[in-house]
Amino acid sequence: MQALRRRDFLRITAGAAASLLAGALRAPAAWAEKFYREPPWRRKKPYWGFGVDVDKCIGCARCVDACKTENDVPREPFYFRTWVERYVIRKDGEVQIEAPNGGLDGYPRVEDAATVAKSFFVPKLCNLCENSPCVQVCPVGATFKTEDGVVLIDKKYCIGCRYCIQACPYGTRYFHPVLQVADKCSVCYHRLKRGLVTACVEVCPTGARMVGDLSDPESNVTKFRENNRVQALKANMGTEPKLVYKGLDKEVR
Amino acid sequence: MHDAVVVALRETLGKVTGFIYPNELELQWSILIVLYPYLTGLVAGAFILASLERVFNVKVLKPTYRLSLLTALAFLVIAPLPLQVHLGHPERSFNILFTPNPTSAMAMFGFVYLWYLMAVLLLEIWLDYRKDIVGWADSDPSWLKRLIYKVMTLGVFKPTAKSFEIDDKVGRALTVIGLPSAILLHGYVGFIFGSIKANPWWSTPLMPIIFLFSAMASGIAGVLLLYMFLCWARDVEIEMPCLDTVAKYFLTAVIIAFSLEMLETVQKAYEAEEHFDILQLLIEGKLYLSLIVVQVWLGSLMPILLVGLTQLFELPDKVRKVFYAVSGSLSLVGIFAMRWNVVVGGQFFSKSLMGFTTYKLELAGREGLFSAFVISILPLVVLGVLLWLLPPWEKKPAKA
Repeated sequence: MQALRRRDFLRITAGAAASLLAGALRAPAAWAEKFYREPPWRRKKPYWGFGVDVDKCIGCARCVDACKTENDVPREPFYFRTWVERYVIRKDGEVQIEAPNGGLDGYPRVEDAATVAKSFFVPKLCNLCENSPCVQVCPVGATFKTEDGVVLIDKKYCIGCRYCIQACPYGTRYFHPVLQVADKCSVCYHRLKRGLVTACVEVCPTGARMVGDLSDPESNVTKFRENNRVQALKANMGTEPKLVYKGLDKEVR
Repeated sequence: MHDAVVVALRETLGKVTGFIYPNELELQWSILIVLYPYLTGLVAGAFILASLERVFNVKVLKPTYRLSLLTALAFLVIAPLPLQVHLGHPERSFNILFTPNPTSAMAMFGFVYLWYLMAVLLLEIWLDYRKDIVGWADSDPSWLKRLIYKVMTLGVFKPTAKSFEIDDKVGRALTVIGLPSAILLHGYVGFIFGSIKANPWWSTPLMPIIFLFSAMASGIAGVLLLYMFLCWARDVEIEMPCLDTVAKYFLTAVIIAFSLEMLETVQKAYEAEEHFDILQLLIEGKLYLSLIVVQVWLGSLMPILLVGLTQLFELPDKVRKVFYAVSGSLSLVGIFAMRWNVVVGGQFFSKSLMGFTTYKLELAGREGLFSAFVISILPLVVLGVLLWLLPPWEKKPAKA
């Protein structure tokens, strides 16, 4: 038996590497053109976006309750499509974040009020990522982005591997204990399609939440983005959320 | 099922430290997902050891060649089982093959796996054993085995010398393809974790390489222990040049894997990005025992020290055997701990970087300790059957 000579082995490997390299050298030119990307809502109508005004949220958590009712989210305190976090930032820099039962149980009394520098509520939900890590990793395509920019889950197709839950940087997905599939905020897609707003927006008493069509120059979310300095969560992840906040603090995670 | 999960999670609620996003209370990937990279790693490591003999013509490894291949096969057959058991809808798992999402690392699993199982491992083993199978089909004393061998000949009972020559060539070509395939199989498992940007404990381009070298260490350690055990069980003298060489490769793999892990840690500490504080708390707290004590000290440094000593000094056979056996066992435990630290450790802390959840390993249940134990034993059962059917050593003269 004559073994493959080491030299031949190396030669084959080097050949394969060289052809890969040639392809790689040509690629940057193509990427450079993509550097400016037109927002998808310039081309597609409608295209859904979401806005949250942190200054208006009073932490009543009616949105959390309405969401659980509307979407049959289990009532246990560890399954949420949306929840509200309370931030208490002390004068010495200490940060306390709380969301007991997603906000449904109210928030504990703040001790030593005199030491508090500022406090505010931050509602969380699906970030409507344009580049959704959850869609990227789903092995079977059960999680997908609709034409109008919403990320949904096909519950009859999901195999329940939970990879998407790991991939979501915002912790907005959970594993449905009864259906045994991943679940998440659908921006009440069933309501949007009927011309209604989401359940959380519907019940918000202060107008802190808004959902609307980004492709419409006159819509609430377009105006919200134009008239305020808005921020997305974890922008460094490159997920390009279509959920934006006004009045975020640097401590918000 | 539903109730048990909810009850367990309610208990966990009181054990959260700091702040976590409410959905993060439940640890999504349990001990079964720890087993998956562990078993796959053993496959890749054992196969790479076999390839060294064949591709690079390291003749002294001959006694472990077939054993390595059979070990790889036994573990490969069982490797997808923990994944399958863990799925919320196991009956839908075939969707991965029918409608794979091209951007999903996980979707490639089915293809990499099938390629490796069917095109590489099964074929290579068959080609290597064909000559024996044809002989055994005729001569084995047991009618059952004769029947099995007859089926395995695929109807060719009188192959010519020429056909064996072709087998050998094809076999060698297969090993050459097999080596990158084995690397792909396990490098890919590392990529499943390394490509998750949401998790700073996982997200690193080094992950596939670290997984690969620790896989080699564990696979080689596994074959080393199996070889020693089988020699003892069969009352056969261990071939020391072979064992020494296996140990040398083992040492190399452990050193590289450990260096890469340390490089990764030092880099993270030096860059000290936003997530560094929570990772430091993780290492010094929840993972102290499994990472610092088991993975680093017992699983890496001790084997490096012990096998290193055999390289520096001329120790008697008996001492070397003990050192190798202890190092191999420690490494197998250490690498299991490493998989645990990656998979479970990566889920302890919140993506808000502000707190921790906990994981209570249940004894019973689908994802319990017992089920994990059974799945870990299964490859050895499969290996037992394979050794019975396809003994990697010279069969006792059967034609008598």
